[in-house]
Amino acid sequence: MVPGDEATLMAGATASQADIELLRARLGLDRPLVKQYAARLVGLARGDFGYSSTFRGNPLPHVLARLPATLLLMGAAIALTVALGLPAGVLAAVRQNRWPDYLLSLLVVGLLAIPNFWLGLMLIGALSVDRGWLPSFGFTGWASLVMPTLALAARLVALVARMTRGVMLEELAKDYVRTARAKGLGTPAVVGHHVLRNALIPTVTVIGLQTGYLLGGSVVVERLFAWPGVGDLMINAVGARDYTLVQAITILFVSGFLLINLMVDVLYVLINPRLRHA
Amino acid sequence: MPEAGRRIRGRRGFHLLVGGGLLLVYVALAALGPWVVPYGENEQDLLGVLAPASGDHWLGTDQIGRDLLSRLVVGARFTLTAAIVSVILAAVLGATLGLVAGYFGGRVDAALTGLADLLLTVPNLILAIAIASVIGAGMTGLIAATTAGFVAPLARLIRGRVLEVRQEDFVQAAVAVGLRDARILARHVLPHATTTLVIETSLLAGQAVLIGAALGFLGLGVRPPAPEWGTMLSGGREFLEVAPHLVVAPGVAISLLVFAFNIFGDGLRDRLDPRHRS
Repeated sequence: MVPGDEATLMAGATASQADIELLRARLGLDRPLVKQYAARLVGLARGDFGYSSTFRGNPLPHVLARLPATLLLMGAAIALTVALGLPAGVLAAVRQNRWPDYLLSLLVVGLLAIPNFWLGLMLIGALSVDRGWLPSFGFTGWASLVMPTLALAARLVALVARMTRGVMLEELAKDYVRTARAKGLGTPAVVGHHVLRNALIPTVTVIGLQTGYLLGGSVVVERLFAWPGVGDLMINAVGARDYTLVQAITILFVSGFLLINLMVDVLYVLINPRLRHA
Repeated sequence: MPEAGRRIRGRRGFHLLVGGGLLLVYVALAALGPWVVPYGENEQDLLGVLAPASGDHWLGTDQIGRDLLSRLVVGARFTLTAAIVSVILAAVLGATLGLVAGYFGGRVDAALTGLADLLLTVPNLILAIAIASVIGAGMTGLIAATTAGFVAPLARLIRGRVLEVRQEDFVQAAVAVGLRDARILARHVLPHATTTLVIETSLLAGQAVLIGAALGFLGLGVRPPAPEWGTMLSGGREFLEVAPHLVVAPGVAISLLVFAFNIFGDGLRDRLDPRHRS
């Protein structure tokens, strides 16, 4: 139930009342709401998302065409999260209460407070404006990926690092670590062979819990960097009052949310053999 | 280890103190804003457009010569009001739904839990964008959009607490004496959930600030002449090259506020929640 009559808006300022009525009949807007809703559900099941005024037809193919860019951005953010957050958390735990640990907790608190689009703006200011080291607009090559990924991943890196540190500290205090040390293994071997596998689980947990952030954050970051993905399209759709398109993208994001959560559950079982028979 | 115990308790108090202190400063500025700032928030100095920080304008001026410091201070009330009102609304709605679902069980519980699960599949910011685009830019839309995403997680949390408490003897006794359900919920069940509620609400306030700023940045928050921080950031973006202070200052204001809410919530949790004391 959105205020504003779609037919009036589409017909334009110069349309006569008869034109508007004609358009309304053609769009099916004159039928009872329940019928409109039922027709809509049937259409959705067939992959017909309705009439988008931006694309003059079913928006689905156009939305799907923008999906790879969004997936690339989110995939890169997850990869960066694992590559930075995991080692940072391990290092902080191994050097507990020494400077790497303090530095990390300071960084985590900072990164969790900074809005991702502001971090993106600061990066543009530092690396793009004047210097032109990195492109800040659209997708013009792999270098374009750097700043959007950093902006989107910052929060996840912080959360994974904090969580990894906590779990590592717990694991390092357990008996099997003492056994491993007693048989003469050094810290790298103990961590690498025994502890890390257990510490991988929180990384997966954090990414699972932050799926919503990843999807929502991608909209803002894509907008900031004019990244040709689904999120940027969503904001265009909002600006054009193209609610069919907004709805199609929302449905896509919800499907993505469910899919990622499913993958996280599968990953859990792969990482943690104890869950296999549960 | 009494020594370590004292040190940790000291650090917790420190969190509450720093977070609370910062929040007090923000609240004071929001309350007194228009009376303490050197210039009106929309007062223009057309000869000093995009000026950097100086004795006259401590943080410089924006693209049409408005004093940045004055705008930031006056703008505090938008961000704070939106964040605080929306988390309180979410707490009231979430607590009511959670209490009802957990206490009455059966079909009521199944219906409410199903609804909450449905809402939880929509990423927070996506939901906020969809709602803000329907209601339109402005304070009402901003608050509704921010609140929407917080109700389901809070309801689920409170429901869990109620399920724990409702089997207790004192609740059964209250039922046996014949007290009305509303009274049992308010006097005997709710008090056991308030700690959880207060902690989670204060932690969500930081999220609310971030969502509000993101909506402002996307052009879906408070309308432009009003000095809302996210909106100011998106307005200052095109002047990143010539006047970086337009982007730096609002970003710092947002980040500091989120930081204050976050560590205040952490401190509160450590102080109030016995499970976090180990």
